[in-house]
Amino acid sequence: MRIAVPLKLVPDLVEDLEVDASGTSLDYEDLKVGLNEFDDHALEEALLIKESSGAEVIVLAVDDGQVDKTLYTAVAKGADKAVKITGADPRADNQILGAVFAGVIGQLGVDLVLTGVQSAADRDGQLGPFMAAGLGWPSISVVTEVKPSGTTATVTKEYSGGIMGEFEVDLPVVLGIQAARQPPRYVPVSKVKQVEQSAALETVPSAAAAQESWSKVVRMAPPKKGAGAKMLSSAKEIADILKEKGVL
Amino acid sequence: MGDVHVVADHLAGSLTDVTFEMLDQARKLAGDLGGSVVAVLIGGTEAMVSELGAASRVITVSAEGDFNPEIYSRALRTVVEARSPQVVMVGNTSAGMDLAGALSAGLKLPMAAYCSRVEKGGTITATSQLYGGKMDVVTDLGNGPCVVAMLAGSGSAEAGRVSGSPSVESVDLPAGAGKVRFKRLIQPEAADVDITTQEVLVAIGRGIGSKDDVEVAVELADALGAAVAASRPLVDAGWLPKSRQVGKSGVKVKPKVYLALGISGAPEHIEGMKSSATIIAVNTDENAPIFDVAHYGMVADLFDVCEELMELVE
Repeated sequence: MRIAVPLKLVPDLVEDLEVDASGTSLDYEDLKVGLNEFDDHALEEALLIKESSGAEVIVLAVDDGQVDKTLYTAVAKGADKAVKITGADPRADNQILGAVFAGVIGQLGVDLVLTGVQSAADRDGQLGPFMAAGLGWPSISVVTEVKPSGTTATVTKEYSGGIMGEFEVDLPVVLGIQAARQPPRYVPVSKVKQVEQSAALETVPSAAAAQESWSKVVRMAPPKKGAGAKMLSSAKEIADILKEKGVL
Repeated sequence: MGDVHVVADHLAGSLTDVTFEMLDQARKLAGDLGGSVVAVLIGGTEAMVSELGAASRVITVSAEGDFNPEIYSRALRTVVEARSPQVVMVGNTSAGMDLAGALSAGLKLPMAAYCSRVEKGGTITATSQLYGGKMDVVTDLGNGPCVVAMLAGSGSAEAGRVSGSPSVESVDLPAGAGKVRFKRLIQPEAADVDITTQEVLVAIGRGIGSKDDVEVAVELADALGAAVAASRPLVDAGWLPKSRQVGKSGVKVKPKVYLALGISGAPEHIEGMKSSATIIAVNTDENAPIFDVAHYGMVADLFDVCEELMELVE
């Protein structure tokens, strides 16, 4: 069993986001980025499969000049190999990134691709279905459990209201992970440092043909504020409202 | 041509609200495009057809069993290839995430996800709520055909819920052995507390910081006679059970009072709580989108507020 986990860096949403001079993109100058939280769950699910039934886990990311730490961290957590893809735009639309990842993953002989079901930056849709189309494999999104067995896997997909669907799927398949069976593990910085000195990243140029985005952004702006909330300045005022509503 | 196809979203035998919200939006859009609203019902029932009266026509594709990403995607692609609608609206739901991406990728159609609005001006444009609701991003989708994945709450379900007997055309599902097989639907386990029936909810988000601090919210909820609810990251982290999750992949709640502590207000969360009678939000980030849906807001540390509220209650 060989599992590929593509990793994407996305803006840290705790930070203030600003629009650049073009008015169509975030201003990435000084913007803090981090691993897409759903990708962290995808990696965790891959590592859980490795631990329970044996698998080789390969993490991949498009080089953005600062992705090494993310890849080393994944290796420190238990990934077997880390691949850095060069010659592609890490902030491209998923339509394009899907082809970039598919081009590299298609050469790896993997049985499973686990990716985060979504990211906060998925303007043109989620990465999973685009990768699946590039690979010619089936895809299932919003997955919360993966149990491979021989040439198939049993996959649990989540709907709203806590309803789940169970599927059996022939491998290989692309799965968009919503949440791993357990919260993503932490790894101490010291271990990541150790890995940085002992492990090597493999660098692979993107093999995907250059393509234009099928759609273009014409405007980006913070949402227009509605009437908004009446702002309060003390907990006492909250208590007064709770009293008024009969809670207290 | 000029038609808007609305892909009916259904789960466990019922059409979901987002279907009717899309029909509501599609009527205006189809008018501007000079076309009709066509509902595409894959694997549905006859009873569902009669609920789709807001559409001029319904295209049905029979498919056995429940949703299957592979079979439903193939069915949708067949319909869109044959009918060439100008816009295909898909719900930004669990099923819709499979369908929209596969359609866009398969037919190389431009797509916008997380859409709150789709309009026809010179071209078709869609507004997506991205970066946790912190940015509205407008995409030019040209003159179609194109795919839009619509967020829940983008239209009025009430306005789109029209019973009637639209004309029905049925399209055959293309044959072919599949790689994905539906096995079963699993209903959620009974919860200790049903947060959908609570009058007061103390809802916590990422701002709570650590598992141990969840207790702060539990104490406040106890003091207020409320139940604790949570946003998705806390449930994914295992800090609270799934039954407490409010939002797209959790449940929708409408309590009398929803006290949101340390919840930024991503669209997926807002979808589940915006109908609450009174929403009070506490967050350290004055730009948090939660303040746009809240009736009352306070820029403050949630722990300070909890402590003071506990003192006031006692």
